[in-house]
Amino acid sequence: MIKELICINCPRGCQVKIDTDTKEVTGNYCKRGEEYAITEITCPKRTLTTSMRVEDEDTLISVRTDKPLPKELLFKAMEIINKTVIKKPVKMNQILIENILDSGVNIISTKEMK
Amino acid sequence: MKEHSLIVVGGGPAGLAAAFSAYQEGVKDILIIERDDKLGGILNQCIHNGFGLHRFKEELTGPEYAYRYEQLVKNTDIKVLLNSMVINISENREMTVLSRDEGLLSLKGKAIVLAMGCRERTRGAISIPGDRVAGIFTAGTAQRYMNISGYSVGKNVVILGSGDIGLIMARRMTLEGSKVLAVVELCPYSNGLNRNIVQCLNDFDIPLYLKHTITDIKADERHCRVKEVTIAKVDDNNQPIKGSEIHIACDTVLLSVGLIPENELSKKAGVDLDKKTKGPIVDDTLQTSIEGIFACGNVLQVHDLVDNVSQEAQKAGKNAARYIKEGKRKIDRTVKLEFNDNISYICPQIINVTDSTDDIDVFFRVKKPIENCFIEIKSSTARRIKKIKLIPSEMEKITIKKDEIITSPSLSISVEAIQDD
Amino acid sequence: MKYDVIIIGAGITGNSIAFELSKYKLKVAVIDKENDVANATTKANSGIIHGGYDPIKNTYMARCNVIGNRKTRELAKKLNVHIKNIGSLVVGRKDKDKEKIDELYERGITNGVPGLSIIDGKEQIHLLEKNLQDDIDYALLCTSACIISPWEYALALAYTAKVNGTDFFLDEEVTDIDKTESGFRIKTSKNEYQSDFIFNCAGLYADKIFDLALKDAKEESFKITPVKGEYYLLDKDQGDIVSHVIFQIPSEKGKGVLVSPTVHGNLIIGPDALEIEDKDDVSNTYSGLSFVKESSKQSVKNINFASNIRNFTGIRATIKGCDDFYIKESKTLPRFINFAGIKSPGLSSAIEFGTIAVSFIRGRKRLDKKKHFTLYPLPTFFKDLKESEKIKLLKKDPDYGEVICRCETVTLGEIKKAIDAPIGARSIDGIKRRTNAGMGRCQGGFCSHKVFSILKKKLNLPFDEVYQDKTGSQIVLFKTKGGK
Repeated sequence: MIKELICINCPRGCQVKIDTDTKEVTGNYCKRGEEYAITEITCPKRTLTTSMRVEDEDTLISVRTDKPLPKELLFKAMEIINKTVIKKPVKMNQILIENILDSGVNIISTKEMK
Repeated sequence: MKEHSLIVVGGGPAGLAAAFSAYQEGVKDILIIERDDKLGGILNQCIHNGFGLHRFKEELTGPEYAYRYEQLVKNTDIKVLLNSMVINISENREMTVLSRDEGLLSLKGKAIVLAMGCRERTRGAISIPGDRVAGIFTAGTAQRYMNISGYSVGKNVVILGSGDIGLIMARRMTLEGSKVLAVVELCPYSNGLNRNIVQCLNDFDIPLYLKHTITDIKADERHCRVKEVTIAKVDDNNQPIKGSEIHIACDTVLLSVGLIPENELSKKAGVDLDKKTKGPIVDDTLQTSIEGIFACGNVLQVHDLVDNVSQEAQKAGKNAARYIKEGKRKIDRTVKLEFNDNISYICPQIINVTDSTDDIDVFFRVKKPIENCFIEIKSSTARRIKKIKLIPSEMEKITIKKDEIITSPSLSISVEAIQDD
Repeated sequence: MKYDVIIIGAGITGNSIAFELSKYKLKVAVIDKENDVANATTKANSGIIHGGYDPIKNTYMARCNVIGNRKTRELAKKLNVHIKNIGSLVVGRKDKDKEKIDELYERGITNGVPGLSIIDGKEQIHLLEKNLQDDIDYALLCTSACIISPWEYALALAYTAKVNGTDFFLDEEVTDIDKTESGFRIKTSKNEYQSDFIFNCAGLYADKIFDLALKDAKEESFKITPVKGEYYLLDKDQGDIVSHVIFQIPSEKGKGVLVSPTVHGNLIIGPDALEIEDKDDVSNTYSGLSFVKESSKQSVKNINFASNIRNFTGIRATIKGCDDFYIKESKTLPRFINFAGIKSPGLSSAIEFGTIAVSFIRGRKRLDKKKHFTLYPLPTFFKDLKESEKIKLLKKDPDYGEVICRCETVTLGEIKKAIDAPIGARSIDGIKRRTNAGMGRCQGGFCSHKVFSILKKKLNLPFDEVYQDKTGSQIVLFKTKGGK
């Protein structure tokens, strides 16, 4: 079966086609389109970006996954992140939650907080 | 009055890149003036990923992208004035600054780079009818509350406009526990990137209503907060079609209906503005109609990608540095870039031809989507570039070659659909 | 609590009366169901101090408007309220409108309006206004007409009344009024008060308030019919399209759609006039707005509606069959005095209402003037101060160096001061009315979250009690990460 997808790796948004049987990908401008299409029909993944509470701070700290997280884990990961309060200081890209939901993915800061 | 070689107005992505590029060109006495209490501008609240693929060859979030530039600037002698707002600029590049720490300042720049960014169009700008109650926000305002302060502005949300900020906020609000009931778009196509339709709407089964608009907003009994939104299909003249109304119970409306370059300061300086871009009219060096005042980033034209902002700002910084060092360029002639009806604007608007004129990058947007088309650059010859599809939400870049510029008295850009035989 | 006078309604009418009464040794309170003064009709109207040529002679309207025009101009200056004496023009076409315009002129002369003249001829008129429609060739010029900030005016009156001893009970709805031996007992949503006199200045709800007191004796009852009017407010780049208030020929529906600069440099266009049922229906409609837009083209050209920054709706409180203000003491309930049906020229006339209120009290209660009565002028916007004054203020308080609203250049110092005012701002819109923060082209997009935090912190409010405007108009609904 041929499946049509839009690659989300970059703003170009290539319309790629993948043969679900042979895993043959067409329409992609770069190699990442091929990887995306294959992952998307096997185990779709997304980068999660959100923010977290910091002790004694009115403002939140922005965070993200250090690599894409299986899509079905997004909301479960949010639950954990929402409950977590971290301590200052926080360095850029510091790991704040390690191996969230046993996914092999870490939650890292995307901001410094002194 | 204190004088600096270069004063950059605005410490967002454009201001930072312009300042750093001028510094690299050898200008040492640079001052960045920023209204907020930190550098980075709007990137601070754009915590989603998708930034930096061109500039840094990796995918970053907004704060990370800003951080990279802050680090670059930090390691230089560039001075930064935070919590400070330029309240006036004159055409001889003198300015008044109101600053929390410094009070009222009079400054003068040998050159000035305008990098004030843009603002969001509001309910008023498009005269959305309905009750006048709490619960109606621009997407960026809601983003600020959510990403920085940790407040959600709504539980059940309807978003008007499918620009990228609206799409991104649809995902953010969903992830943070709100229900996004609809994204409503007046155009027959989305104004956001395809990737955002996929990962912000489709991933969460959020319906996108194309060719629809909000025709009414109803308040609760106490006239305090939004209670219901009416959306309707529109005809080809964007008029609501009677009988097509859908009522959606909700408490919040987010507006993502476009951005407007913020040029009130430029006007005070006497800078000529382009009616279409709402930004300054600039030449190929990004110099405005006033000598020594340059513009870049969203104050010049609204960009889709911050990477392009940095690139543009780098150019403005470099040219400002050249102006500081070499003074006014010796201009042989001025060519106004003409364009045809399928193009909504072009930037830069003019090219000042000098003996050092080189290839020049020009940016434009089409008025509506055109498939299977070509871009034609008409100089003394004509050159065509085939395109599969051009859409208004994606800024197009073309390079006009040195030869095309120096050999021709006029230049025009046109976009035409390829006629099938 | 026992008062000599209780004023119900803190709009321009109630505040003018409170202002005047605060000059006397009387115990006075003002009660309003809204959480701020001037929060209904007073905040949403054209903001004009009319000359006074419209009303028929020997009416309250004619008398109060003409005297009110003069008094308001003097007082507004003293109270540092934004007012500009720009004059007005009623414009028309000589062939069909001459009679009507001449009639207005005659009426104005009868009413004693100063500064009236007929401008006859296209050229003369277009010398005054370059953007009038080409065929306009006949006009009534009234040099005494002014534009004013109506909510600033009401605030300044209220502040003055407050600092001179008047009590203000806001966010309190009057729920019942009983006649007592010596006066009235007034129950509110929060409290109970006694008063010898009641001045009913409840605007759109004046009928309801009167009925509360009348109980079953409804012979004297009147009915307020809300008449809605929609407006455009354009950005400052359109503020000099016209330099006078431009009126169209009035009809039985009202004064028509006007085009005028505002005291803050914007351009205001409106209103239409539509009878409605719901007294709180301040919605905008497609039909209303397009009517206003199209109608404005009868008098003025070259308006760029793309510069619109806000639409709003005002509601006038009218009483059918009553062409004048309804200013009367109740026959069944002596000492209950209605100031009702205060439609245009209510704002222009308001200051005279105070004098009239005093005349109702005179002879029935001791009226001694206070030894000390002080005006409470509004603070000048920081951006409008002289440079030396700015520097002085900045030295004292660095908060004046921090710009919160960038469109209108409003500083943190001004916002804090608005919260600390005699009647302090309690909502984002309350801050807006006192400082102009959020009034500009981004409509609070950039500053509302800052104002939110300032209000929250300074008043120590939980997040769900910081309001956009009226109590309950919550801005943010929940905390995404839990916590306090």
